[in-house]
Amino acid sequence: MKKPFIRASGLASPKQQHNWDWRAASNFIAGGAGGGLLLCAALAALAGLDAFAMRAAILLGLILIGGGLTCVWFEIGRPWRAMNVYRHFSSSWMTREAVVALTVFAAGGLALLTGASALGVLAGILGLGFLYSQARILAANKGIPAWRHSASIPLMVATGLAEGAGFLACVATFSATSSGSAVLLGLLVLIAVRAWFWKSYLNGLVADGAPDAALRVLKALGPRLLLIGHALPALAVAAALAGMPGRAALATAAGILAVAGGWVLKFTLVRRAAFTQGMALPHLPVRGKGPSGPAVKPGWKIIGQAHKV
Amino acid sequence: MTRYVMSIDLRRCVGCQTCTAACKGANATPPGIQWRRVLDIETGEFPDVRRTFLPIACMHCANPPCEAVCPTRATTKRADGLVAIDYDLCIGCANCVMACPYDARSIVHEAHFAYGDTPMASEAKRFDPDRIGVSMKCTFCVDRIDLAAITGQIPGVDPEVTPACVNSCISGAMQFGDIEDADSSVSRLLKETQHYRMHEELGTEPSVYYIWDQS
Repeated sequence: MKKPFIRASGLASPKQQHNWDWRAASNFIAGGAGGGLLLCAALAALAGLDAFAMRAAILLGLILIGGGLTCVWFEIGRPWRAMNVYRHFSSSWMTREAVVALTVFAAGGLALLTGASALGVLAGILGLGFLYSQARILAANKGIPAWRHSASIPLMVATGLAEGAGFLACVATFSATSSGSAVLLGLLVLIAVRAWFWKSYLNGLVADGAPDAALRVLKALGPRLLLIGHALPALAVAAALAGMPGRAALATAAGILAVAGGWVLKFTLVRRAAFTQGMALPHLPVRGKGPSGPAVKPGWKIIGQAHKV
Repeated sequence: MTRYVMSIDLRRCVGCQTCTAACKGANATPPGIQWRRVLDIETGEFPDVRRTFLPIACMHCANPPCEAVCPTRATTKRADGLVAIDYDLCIGCANCVMACPYDARSIVHEAHFAYGDTPMASEAKRFDPDRIGVSMKCTFCVDRIDLAAITGQIPGVDPEVTPACVNSCISGAMQFGDIEDADSSVSRLLKETQHYRMHEELGTEPSVYYIWDQS
C-alpha cells in the first residue's frame, strides 16, 4: 500500500495519536464504566437493592474492568513483562490503576462469594478509585492537550459514574425490591452532572486553547452527545418515574443510552480528539538585519485569540 | 553538578538534514523512525513569507513528563541531565509517548527493514531486538557521553564524546555541553544570545535551547 506523502512543513502541526488504538480506548470505556457500576451498586445496596441484583452488578463491573485490562494487555509491546507495571507507584497513575485493580478484584470477588454487603461497599469505593486513576492517566499526558486539561478529570469520573448508573438501571429491572426509583433518580442526577462537566470541559478547553483539529472533533460530538447521551435517557427516566407503562423497558432504554453516550464520548476523547501538542516557535530567527518574525504555532489558533463554542 | 544541554541556532540552520542522517547512521534506527528531525516551517503570506528550519528530538527535560508517567521506571533521569530508557524494563505501554509534548518518542512493534522483512547485511549486523516493542528516542548519544567518563574527554569539545548530530552539523548551528560549566561553549553562547525553550509553559524545563537573535 502506498504511504501518504507528508510535507515536512506538516510535521510541525498537531497529529492524531495512533499509539493508543481501540484496545487502549476499550480500557477507558469498559473499565471506567465498570468502576462506576461498582460504586453505584454499593450505593444502591445501601438504598435497598436486593442481593441478587447487587451480585449481578458486581459481577458485571468486574467483567467490564477485566475486559478493559485484557484489551490493553493485547496492546502493549511487551505483554509478558506486564508485571513491571507495578514498579512506579510514587508518580505513575498507570501503576496506581493496576494496584487498585487488584484490590477491586479482591474485594469484588469476596463480595460475590460471601454476599457480604460491607465487601460490596468496599468494592464500590475501590471502583471509584479505579475510575479516578483512569481519569488521572489521561490528564497526566502533557503531549495531548485535550487530555491534560484539568476539566477532563471530573468529566471522566462523571461519565464513568453515569455509565455505571446506566448499567445498574438495566440490572435493577430484575430487582425484586422497590429500589428501582432510587436507581433511576440517581441515573437522572448523574446524566445531568455529566452534561454539566462536558460543557465545563469543552468551555475550558476552548478558553485555554487546544489544537484546532481536536476542537473541531469535540464540538462536532456535542449535539450527538446531548441527544443520545443526555436528552433521550433523561426523558426515558422521567417517563419511567412518572409512571408511564413499560417502566422496565424505559429504564433499560435509559440505561443503554446513558452507557452508549458515555462510550461514544470516551472513544472520541481517547482516539479521535487526541491530537498531539505539535511544535511552536515563540520567535522566528532573525536573518541578516531584518526583524524577528511573529510567533508560530501550526495547527492552533493565533495565540491569545479567543475561541467560542 | 553536570547538566548536559544542547543549543540550536535557528539563524544558522540551513535544513540540510545532515544531522538527521548522522543520527540515523549512529543509532541504526529502523525505517520511518528518526530520533532527530529537521522540520521545514513556512509561515506568513506573500510577499511577507518566511521559511524556518527547526531541528527537534528528545529535549531531555529537567522535569520530564515521560519519567513521571512511566509505570515501570524504565524511563529515568540521570544525574547529568540525560533522560534514559532501560529497554529491559519497558513494557511498551506508550504512556510516555502520550506524555511527551515534543513528539520525541516512538514504538516499533515489528522488525522492518529498508527492503521489507529481510535485512541487508549492514542492517542485520546492527539490528537490536531489544528495541522492538519498547519506547525509544534520542539518547544524546549516551554511549559517547559515558565514554567521556572513561577517557577524560569533554562532551561538546571532543568529537568522540559528542552527539553525532552536533558533530555533523555543517553550519555550526548545534552546540553541546555542560550548562553548569560557565566556560563551556554552550554556556558562553547562551549568554551572548536571545533564546527560548519550546513549550516552557508546560513546566518540562527542556535541555534544548533555540537561539533566535543576538543579545
